[in-house]
Amino acid sequence: MPKFKTCLKLFLVMFKIGLFTFGGGYAMISLLESELVSKRKWLESDEFLNVVAIAESTPGPVAINAATYVGYKLAGFWGSLAATVAVALPSFLIIFLISLFFDAFLSLKHVAYAFDGIRVCVIFLILSAGVKMLIKLEKTVWNIVVSSLVIAVTIALSVLSIAFSSVWYILITAGLALLLYLFSYFRARRKEKSDKQPDEEGKQ
Amino acid sequence: MIYLTLFLTFLKIGAVSFGGGYGMISLIRETVLENAWLTEEEFLNFIAVAESTPGPLAVNMATFIGSSQVGFLGALVATLGVILPSFVIILIIAALIKNLLKYAGVKSVLSGIRPTIVGLILSTALTMFVTQIFGFTSVGDTFSFDWRALAIFLIVAAVAVLWRVFKKRQFSPILLILLSGALGILVNVI
Repeated sequence: MPKFKTCLKLFLVMFKIGLFTFGGGYAMISLLESELVSKRKWLESDEFLNVVAIAESTPGPVAINAATYVGYKLAGFWGSLAATVAVALPSFLIIFLISLFFDAFLSLKHVAYAFDGIRVCVIFLILSAGVKMLIKLEKTVWNIVVSSLVIAVTIALSVLSIAFSSVWYILITAGLALLLYLFSYFRARRKEKSDKQPDEEGKQ
Repeated sequence: MIYLTLFLTFLKIGAVSFGGGYGMISLIRETVLENAWLTEEEFLNFIAVAESTPGPLAVNMATFIGSSQVGFLGALVATLGVILPSFVIILIIAALIKNLLKYAGVKSVLSGIRPTIVGLILSTALTMFVTQIFGFTSVGDTFSFDWRALAIFLIVAAVAVLWRVFKKRQFSPILLILLSGALGILVNVI
């Protein structure tokens, strides 16, 4: 059964990728590229770019998204299941093991001291990730207004300790972006129609 | 029913977290603080561990938080929850709408939410910075300035920025975590 073999191979490759990618999704992309495109020739390179674009623009971890997509391409549903489980499994096992010992580990005096410093470092890492994304952001009116509004509102609400879920910010901006798009789309169409004059009257 | 809560919470996180990695930090943070699953300190500890172990940050955080609340089953349901939306959405895209990204409407919504994600990440970092270094969370709190934390922050930031300027490469986050751990021991011992 060749499909089973493909699934097994997918599982092993994705497990390896899940085991060796430190630093999240973007680090994984180069590893995926070398495994899937250069080494095994499972995907063409422009196909791979498409996978990356989809994985980055859909919700969820980039690694999981890419694994599901590649798995489906190579071996259908079972392929995507095998690839997704395999890429998440190493993290799951490692973190679960750590979580069993973490409290005991933290109760050591010097470890607790070390984590005093590490927490500060994590804040820096998040901040620098945000700054990097901000620099990459195209400087359009929308991007500047939305990002500064989100920062101002979230900080104001958190200082006043008013709970307002991040989900709403995402949904509201998604809705506004869609409205803006529809507005410009219909305006362009109406303009097109009026340019062409009444010969397309019956068409909606 | 803690298992159901964990599952649904991480399902929501998996479904709306765009932008990979830190894109879901703000949502995970407010969830764990609201449910009193973790304190801010514990949350930051967990991120450090998630960042220094392999695998996607979201999966690591889900496993860690699930396990910290109710053990193995908790870890399992939280991880399944965070993965499931990706799996289903990508499956639909791969099977049915291969050229989803070619639709202008989809593109404009996706690029429309990007500044929101960036804003959420930055404000989360700034809020945590003020909480950890000035001990201030919301109106009514008094300030308690932590000079040790600020010193570590400045050293870490200087190393990372200088490395980027002179070596033209990113200073590995794991090395940065190790460095800050050493600094943490140093400032507490002296």
